[in-house]
Amino acid sequence: MTEYIMLAISCIFVNNIMLAQNLGACPFLGTSKSMDTAVGMSMAVIFVLVMAGITTWTVEAAILKPLDLQFLRTVAFILIIASLVQFVEMFLKKSMPSLYAGLGIFLPLITTNCAVMGACLININKEYSFMQALVSSFCYAVGFGLALVLFAGVRERVIMARVPKPLQDTSIGLITAGFVALAFFGFKGMG
Amino acid sequence: MAKSLTQEFVKGLWEELPPFRLVLGLCPVLAVTTTAKNGIGMGIATTFVLLCSNMLISLLRNIIPQKIRIACFITIIATFVTVVEFLMKAYTYPLYLTLGIFIPLIVVNCIVLGRAEAFACKNGVAHSLADGLGIGLGFTLSLGVLGSFREVLGAGTFFGHSVFGAAFQPFTFMVEAPGAFIGLGILLCLMNIVSSK
Repeated sequence: MTEYIMLAISCIFVNNIMLAQNLGACPFLGTSKSMDTAVGMSMAVIFVLVMAGITTWTVEAAILKPLDLQFLRTVAFILIIASLVQFVEMFLKKSMPSLYAGLGIFLPLITTNCAVMGACLININKEYSFMQALVSSFCYAVGFGLALVLFAGVRERVIMARVPKPLQDTSIGLITAGFVALAFFGFKGMG
Repeated sequence: MAKSLTQEFVKGLWEELPPFRLVLGLCPVLAVTTTAKNGIGMGIATTFVLLCSNMLISLLRNIIPQKIRIACFITIIATFVTVVEFLMKAYTYPLYLTLGIFIPLIVVNCIVLGRAEAFACKNGVAHSLADGLGIGLGFTLSLGVLGSFREVLGAGTFFGHSVFGAAFQPFTFMVEAPGAFIGLGILLCLMNIVSSK
């Protein structure tokens, strides 16, 4: 049990997928302008990343590895993620319309979120067991959500401030993100 | 839309310079630019994928059915990414190790898919090649500049050679994750100042 708790802390804080490993920067900057979109995106990522983590791990262990087809990993994983997102979208639309309306446009965007693909690849590279892959996928997604929500909170304040013209919008967004990352940098000594 | 080949090529270097003008494909930009060499290596790998996928997609643009075009694009891109991965493993092994997970992640780089969707599937082969080369070189250049900026400040070196001498105390945080955001933010600001004049 302790092993999983350590893994969870490492994935959420120490190796935060966004702020320490720089994965998933596009949605991080794109959806952090208001708290609502940030929460929506975080939920969508948690949902998809857990499913993608389990599926890609299973495909790797059950198909690619025994057949010695690991060179197809990149192609296989991206197709799995793309079709998974499509499937989740259709499923939610049919059975949970309220959740679908909440996640809305964020679902299709997840296909090109490197955090999802990145976390799946990390699971394979670190040779995690199934349970470890499940825990780490979930915690990476939670870490991404945490970073996104925190950053959105900071950014809502920054919009109020008077920023010099050349620094406006993305530029100040990036610098703000740098400071949030600096805060997370403090976890580096742990684990 | 009747631009000359040169125009298609040049626009990638300033007008639509990624990742500054089109804020796309940020993840590799932030993650691998710890040194100038890594940045340029990543840029070249991306350029190769961009060129090949642009060419193939524009050749096949009349065959690929409209409805499943995104899936087709992704498969084509993923194939070339696999090719690059093996090429780098064979010829530039140290670079392959440093870039690590970010080589397969070229697949989800929005720039590559973005060019396929916005340009290659609507234009001829020659124009698509010029576009791919321009955007790719622009991307390489940006990564090189950001990499140099971070390497010089964060480690006091440039391509591994010492710049300021031994007395210089490097800002180590510039080569860590937070420095990536701040470095890119500052460069973006400089570029805004230059282009507003």
